[in-house]
Parts: sequence; C-alpha cells; structure tokens
Amino acid sequence: MTSLPEPSAIKLGLVIDLDICVGCQACVVNCKEWNTSGYGAPLSDENAYGANPNGAWLNRVHAFEAGNAEEAKTVHFPKSCLHCEDAPCVTACPTGASFKRAEDGIVLVNEDWCIGCGLCAWSCPYGAREMDPAEGVMKKCTLCVDRIYNDNLKEEDRVPACVRTCPTGARHFGDLGDPESEVSLLVAARSGYDLLPEQNTKPVNKYLPPRPRRKAEDAPMSLVAMAEASTPKGFWKWMDSTLEKLG
Amino acid sequence: MHPAWSIIFFTSASGLGLGLAAWIVLGLIDLSQFWHLIFVAGFTFGLIGAGLLSSTLHLGHPERAWRALSQWRSSWLSREGVLAVLVLAALGGWFLYTYMRGAPPQWVGFALVILITATVYATSMIYASLKTVTCWYHPLTPTCYLMFAASGGLLANLWLVVIAGQSVTAIIQSLAAVLIVLAWLVKFAWWWMLDHKVMESTLETATGLGSFGKVRSLMPPHTSENYLQKEMGFVIARRHALKLRIISVLLGGLIPLVLIIFASSSPLLLGLALLCHLTGVFVERWLFFAEAKHVVSLYYGDQH
Repeated sequence: MTSLPEPSAIKLGLVIDLDICVGCQACVVNCKEWNTSGYGAPLSDENAYGANPNGAWLNRVHAFEAGNAEEAKTVHFPKSCLHCEDAPCVTACPTGASFKRAEDGIVLVNEDWCIGCGLCAWSCPYGAREMDPAEGVMKKCTLCVDRIYNDNLKEEDRVPACVRTCPTGARHFGDLGDPESEVSLLVAARSGYDLLPEQNTKPVNKYLPPRPRRKAEDAPMSLVAMAEASTPKGFWKWMDSTLEKLG
Repeated sequence: MHPAWSIIFFTSASGLGLGLAAWIVLGLIDLSQFWHLIFVAGFTFGLIGAGLLSSTLHLGHPERAWRALSQWRSSWLSREGVLAVLVLAALGGWFLYTYMRGAPPQWVGFALVILITATVYATSMIYASLKTVTCWYHPLTPTCYLMFAASGGLLANLWLVVIAGQSVTAIIQSLAAVLIVLAWLVKFAWWWMLDHKVMESTLETATGLGSFGKVRSLMPPHTSENYLQKEMGFVIARRHALKLRIISVLLGGLIPLVLIIFASSSPLLLGLALLCHLTGVFVERWLFFAEAKHVVSLYYGDQH
C-alpha cells in the first residue's frame, strides 16, 4: 500500500552534525559493507576496478564550500534517505513496493515487488535512492532495520552501521518523534534543520549546522605576544636586568 | 532528466494512438468495410500497444509489470496503467461491436473519449506530479500532452480516411489545421515557462548552509558518474536546445500544417505529414526530458 500511513508516534531517524564530520567516508563504506549482505539483494558494483566504477550506495558524503575568502567554510556533508513523513517516493510507487512503516516511520522497498521503473528516485529531491545495476530494483537506506531490532547483536551494535562506525561521533540515531529523546534535545539545542524544506517532504533526519567560526580578536594570544606581555620573576628577573645593563 | 528512448517512444506513440482512437470512436471514419476496419484497428492498437510495450520493457523487472495496476489510489503511473488496460479493452469492444452490428450509439463514443482523455492526462501527470522537476510541475504539461494527442490523432485520422478512399470534409480539414496550431501555441507557452520559471530550491536550501554565504560544490562524493547523475543530471541537450526546438516545430507543426491545407487529398503527402508530425513530437518529447532539471542536480553543483 503506497498511500502514506498516519504519522507515527515513533519517528526513527538520524541527526548529522556538520560541525564534526571530517569526510572520512567510514560511514559510506560501513553502510555498503553491512547492507550488501543484509536487507534485500546485494548492493552491486559494475566495473569496480575499472576506469569508471559504478554501483549502488545508500549513503554518500559530499563536500561543499560556503561563504567567501576568510569566512569560507569547508563542510563535509553526508546524505542518505531522510525517511520523510510526506515521502513522495512512497506515493509515486505504482506497485506498493515502496512503503513507510506505520510503527516507526522507516521508509523501505519490498524488492520482490519492485519493477525497477525508477519513478521513486525521480520523485525524491535528495537523491536518496539508487537503482541496483545488477538486480534492477531500487535500493535505499533501511536505517539498518536489520540491526536496530536485532536481538542477536550486542546492545551497542543495535544502531545503524553508519552511526556505529563514525569515528568522530558526527552521526546520532534515535526517536525524533519523542521531544525528550537525546536526538530531539540535540536538535533543539543546536538548531537542527531540514534539508530542502520548501519541497514539503517533512524529513525526519535533521542536520546540525557548523558552529560559527571564531573571530580573530577572540583567538588566544600568540606565543610571542604572551612572552612580551609577561614580567619575569626571581632568577629570570635578575638575569633580565643584568643582561639589559650590559647594553 | 535522462531522455530514455523507450519512454519518449511510449509517450509519443501511445499519445498519437490514443488521440487517433478518440476521433475514430467519434465516428470520423466509416468502418463499414471489413478491411478498413481491420486496418484502422490494427494501426490504432499498433501505436498504443507498441508504446505501452516499449515502456514496459524499459522496466528493471518487466515480468512484474502487472503489480503496477495496484496503487491507483496514490500513484499516477499506476493510474495510467489501469486506464490504458481499460482503454484497450473498451476499444477492442468498440471495434468488435462495429464489426458485428455497425457503429455503436454516440454516447458510447463520448464515454470512450472521456476514458481516452483521462489516460493521456494520467500519462502526463506521471511527470507533471513530480515537484522535484520544476518545469514539469505545471498545468501546461498535461495541456501539451493532450493537445499533441488530439492534433496528431486527427491528422492520423485524416490520413486513414484518405487512404480508405473516403471524402474529407472541409470542417475536419480546418479543425486538423487549427488543432496543430493550437498545440504548438501551448508548447511555446510551455517553453516560455521553462525558460522563465525559477527553481525555488537552491544549493543553499539543499544544504542549509546559506547563512555562511554562497554555497559551492567542492568535491563530489564519488569519482565517476553515479545513477543519480546519469538519470537526473543530463545536460547535453541544453546546448542545442534552440536548434532542436526549431527542428521540432518545423517537422511537427509547419510541414504537417502546409500539407493538411494544400494536399489533404493525397494519401502519400498526408502520410508524409503524419510521419513528420510524429518525428517532430519525438524531438519535442526528447527535449521535454533532456531540458528538464531535477532538484538533486543542485547537490552535484549544477546551479544553472
């Protein structure tokens, strides 16, 4: 059924901290590693060792530059499915393969029903869906639905692979439907925001903005300035004045 | 957007076939002779069927295509599939009835025209419902599809009437000419809209980094083109857009118009007019995809 369910109370999603991400691509690789042997068909690659490799990936890290000259910031920008509340990819699907779970809001593809028409990818403004080149079905982030509820894994591993592997702690996973959850508090404290809000997709995933750059006058003093500003004491004071007298 | 041949062929051939069917069921051709009926039915079903087949074979899993008939409540692609199946069945019934008992009552024809119009509308809404492609997301998009189906269909009907040795009335001849002019006027309006409509989304809203100033793509996330860029980042056409627009208007508009006005009794020249029209619409449809820009291309640094 590709009509959207009533908005769920639980809205599982990611919070991505753009202030922290260093663009190491570990989340991209671990996502591929987990999902190639997890939910659905393997994530295939074509010509993987050739000049123009091509493959299905569920998470990609862009790099953007914002602002000019001294004020310019380099921002590493991970992007995967945002599990939108008004997901246009779900309603566009002609077969019912694309669906949003009523219980936790995760958007998934039933690969046995997918006809590979690609219309869901066309209707997604974020580029979160990629056709599998070998299988001919649509691939997307599952929020690691096969990890987060998996009792066979240790508790600390029951988070999406990208979150588990991030060495800098730039990715957070939780229930954004609960205003008291850690992720919701983080979003409130850091003014987390939606991507492309004008597309009215109501994404669940939020992004935390880079913190503003510190101004030059607020920076710590240079070592030379510190040395010049300080007055020596004891032995150093005696030596300083003695050497001074020598001219 | 990537202009896939299968989809261009689907929209132009099925559109023409459906338009033709609408004029046939309105009684614009006499089908009392068996061979006329067979040829006209074959030609119409051939156009619609070839288009639908081409779009089905374009799928990653054509063998599951029947599943696409299930989600008509939310999906325009599904609605198009359901309506196309209904039209084919109803049209088959219409031809069968005509063969056995002669022309069906007029109201049947009108009902079929409504069904056919809904089908062409559904085809266009597959694209016009995508908010992510700014220039498609406009009421002029379905208007274009409907006008090209109606004008091309009447031209095809005219050609069939002439090769069947039946006479063409001046009213129908004039109507065919007027519809072609109207169709291209709508298309000119659509092109004007394409050239002037500003995409609401920018790389600043896409990244949320606008407060730091202008945002630029510094590094793509991968070393070679991915599915998204192949499917939605097509840019080659924009360089030749003007030339292609002129070619499509000449082939799809001007040549058929002149031939309808001056050679409406020649089967050969009207056939040429139809072929030119189909080719012109083919180019127009190619541009419809190739010139369309998807929001996701912003993430890949396409700011134009």
